[in-house]
Amino acid sequence: MYNYVMRRILIAIPVLFGVTVINFIIMKMAPGNPVDMLVNPKLPAAAAEAKRIELGLDAPAYEQYWNWLRNLVLHGDLGYSMITYEPVTRMIGEKLGPTLLLMGISLALGLAIAVPLGVISAVRQYSKLDYAVVTLSFLGISVPNFFLGLGLVYIFALKLDWLPTSGMTELGSGGGFADVLTHLILPCVVLTANVTGRTIRYVRSSMLEIAGQDYLRTARAKGLREALVVNKHAMRNALIPIVTILGMEIPILFGGAVVIEQIFSWPGIGQLTLSSIMSRDYSTIMGLNLVAAVVVIFANLLTDIVYALADPRIKHSYRGAARS
Amino acid sequence: MNLFRRYIGVKRQPDIDPIGLDFKGEGEPKGAFWRRFRKHKLAVAGLFVIGLMAICAVLAPWIAPYSPNALTDSFGEGPSWNHWLGTDQVGRDVLSRIIYAARVSLSVGIASVLISAAIGTLLGLVSGYFGGWIDGLIMRITDMFMSFPYIMLILVVSSIIGPGLANIILILGFLGWPGVARLVRGSVLAIKQTEYIKASVALGYKTPRILFNHILPNAMAPLLIYATSGVAGAILDEAALSFLGLGVQPPTPSWGNMLASAQSLTVLTDKPWLWVAPGVMIILSVLSINFIGDALRDAMDPKNRK
Amino acid sequence: MNEGWKEPPQSPLLVLENLKKHYPIKRGLLNRTSDYVKAVDGVDLNIMPGETLGLVGESGCGKSTIGRSIVGLERPTDGRIRFQGADISKLSGREMIRLRSQVQIVFQDPYSSLNPRKTVGSLIAEAVRVHRVVQPGEVDAEVDRLLDLVGLPKNSKSRYPHEFSGGQRQRVGIARALALKPKLIVCDEPVSALDVSIQAQVLNLLKQLQKELNLTYLFIAHGLGAVRYISDRIAVMYLGKVVEVGPTKEIFRNPKHPYTRALLDSYPIANPHLRDRERIVLEGDVPSPVNPPSGCRFHTRCPMAQAQCRQEEPRLAGEGSHSAACLFSH
Repeated sequence: MYNYVMRRILIAIPVLFGVTVINFIIMKMAPGNPVDMLVNPKLPAAAAEAKRIELGLDAPAYEQYWNWLRNLVLHGDLGYSMITYEPVTRMIGEKLGPTLLLMGISLALGLAIAVPLGVISAVRQYSKLDYAVVTLSFLGISVPNFFLGLGLVYIFALKLDWLPTSGMTELGSGGGFADVLTHLILPCVVLTANVTGRTIRYVRSSMLEIAGQDYLRTARAKGLREALVVNKHAMRNALIPIVTILGMEIPILFGGAVVIEQIFSWPGIGQLTLSSIMSRDYSTIMGLNLVAAVVVIFANLLTDIVYALADPRIKHSYRGAARS
Repeated sequence: MNLFRRYIGVKRQPDIDPIGLDFKGEGEPKGAFWRRFRKHKLAVAGLFVIGLMAICAVLAPWIAPYSPNALTDSFGEGPSWNHWLGTDQVGRDVLSRIIYAARVSLSVGIASVLISAAIGTLLGLVSGYFGGWIDGLIMRITDMFMSFPYIMLILVVSSIIGPGLANIILILGFLGWPGVARLVRGSVLAIKQTEYIKASVALGYKTPRILFNHILPNAMAPLLIYATSGVAGAILDEAALSFLGLGVQPPTPSWGNMLASAQSLTVLTDKPWLWVAPGVMIILSVLSINFIGDALRDAMDPKNRK
Repeated sequence: MNEGWKEPPQSPLLVLENLKKHYPIKRGLLNRTSDYVKAVDGVDLNIMPGETLGLVGESGCGKSTIGRSIVGLERPTDGRIRFQGADISKLSGREMIRLRSQVQIVFQDPYSSLNPRKTVGSLIAEAVRVHRVVQPGEVDAEVDRLLDLVGLPKNSKSRYPHEFSGGQRQRVGIARALALKPKLIVCDEPVSALDVSIQAQVLNLLKQLQKELNLTYLFIAHGLGAVRYISDRIAVMYLGKVVEVGPTKEIFRNPKHPYTRALLDSYPIANPHLRDRERIVLEGDVPSPVNPPSGCRFHTRCPMAQAQCRQEEPRLAGEGSHSAACLFSH
């Protein structure tokens, strides 16, 4: 077990390093640079050059990368935004909270809805309820989240005027709990619908797979009550795939956040991403990508470890002879 | 005493007894695949919808009532007899634009998946078949690409190489392969252990022949299912990208960039025909393809063969 | 019936010299090799042209590994595999491919040894075409000939493997192996997955093909029944080593190694008069091939084991063609 975890961590390190390299290469491929975006085109070439030197853009690529990496490792410093001159770490730090709030609630709600529905759907396979749940989950994965977002804003904010259209707090208000909550509802509903749609299908199919296993047939043959069979024997084994869902959902949610935060003007990572992309703010984009990748890698690592804890077959399969 | 020989009664047997081939194997009759597929009513409907959309896309110039970029004499009007789905703010016919946009969405979906399936299949085949350090290397690279949130990576790359239809196809194609590679590698790992692959090695076949002639056909079913959902995903991604302004650029119509106009509150509130129709088209196409994919999964699953 | 094994004048077709196949066991943080599974641990065997050598032993004794090493599916850790004098374990590239065509294999499981996505005709035709056995225009006729040879009708060409029964599939597998006109065929438990009544048909087919095409067989099996019927000589393996080898009749009439006797005794005997004789019944499990017992590998289960067996490793020895690796057998 210890070996398995250590091995996963050892594998994660080169992946993380590779992520920073890919990240940097992509940024270097960019044709435009922030100086072009920032300065007046009428500015003399010398002044633009000075700006480039000031931003460290004149150094060779590997040196830029090295400086960036060294600062990150030694000082936890992601550099400064090329547009606002703010430290990237601070910018991300400010925006991370709202995004994690949004993602966390949506993920929790999505699982809370999808797991019971998926289990019921599998237990009553081919019933009307099953068809309804499955169709619903197909809608969840097929409706673009920005369209759902627009539709909800149209109905609940503009036509019914029950909820605010955008932002995290009402302008001028202190940002109390109720204020944030009302602003959270619409974006959360959109992300939750997505999570639910994907998760129901996953839970349902892993439940069905388990339902065909001999140990469930044995449990039934023993005369156990159906509820007990489902709860004690099937659910426990279906919980393992749920860990996998968490690992899969986090990168998808990051992507979803970009779109949703744009629609609802939610002051989070997603909005920051889009605005930095639009203004070619390399250092901020690199920082954002890195943070996202670290979260994803960490989530995958956690998934693997929890998986191994829950399923003893995994750690054993890792050693053993390589006989064919 | 030879029990074995007595049991089988060798003496009573001719050298090779003629065996009648009555083909009573567990084979399935032809058309069984379609029979299982047809059980999924929604998938059949989806096939119909997608077929219709494909026809519209191909025949767009003859079907669309107006040219997609022609300015008509009505501006931002709601649906009418002349303009079934109304007109946008500059006076273009929404229905015509939606018909032309089907070309964009379907071609992005199919072309980008073809690219990523080709890359992913090749890498997955190589990774799974050769194993060792090659496998380690390819899988670590796959991990790296999968560590970036997909949409973020697409956004960044498209902001760098610039928007446009061809670029979107290339971006989605070249960033979509890691999932395919993992899937194919998994199938290959299972298939290469089978005796018919060992037999091919013993028969002295060269590696490319074994990979493409023997392993790949047996890895096709999951690949096809994955690719189907990949098409749906690519359509959604293109729409999101165009919605954010980093995808297909106006005046070329795409369902995504048509929806982008709804980001303004006045359009959202007062001109719903501008954004409801393209949204519904996205949902219809993605839903149809997902239903088809689900039916394929069911129809191709060997466990369901009866 | 076995015609009785006569000393053939030719030199052996295949020679195994001190063949070893060790599989590494990897464990620990850095995936270091901590130990080896000694699947085949020093095997010497000869196979004469035109004969059938039966190779028997319990599952896991390494017999299949030997077969797979001969056809090139495994690379031996040590030792030599000489085919017509040339060491084929070290060959690669074109020579390997040329020799591969002379050594073929028929697998145990006829359900998994045929690619399910190809018709029987194309499976056989591919082998013919790749190795250019005949002119391109004659491939079809060659496939017909091969199908006829194994007793399958021509119309089976366009059928898929799943349309056939196990015995019919095994015939397809044999036809595919024959397509390359091999000299040696490794039969890796070719009948153990078949119904007993079908087993006889396939065994008879193999015997007849051997006569017609002058084939040589290495016939691997875990039971003695089929091996007795088809083999001229038998080699018995235990834990990666050959413990006894000799003509079939000799092995059955006069087994020298206690393990061979135990194998024979584990078979039901039809003749009630023979039932009362003293039988060796094996106890305990096969020891791990990772750390085989010292001295004679069989001493942990051998009813006649003595102190000496723990220390001294017996070598194959005996008079004439019948030899055994036991310190107390002679």
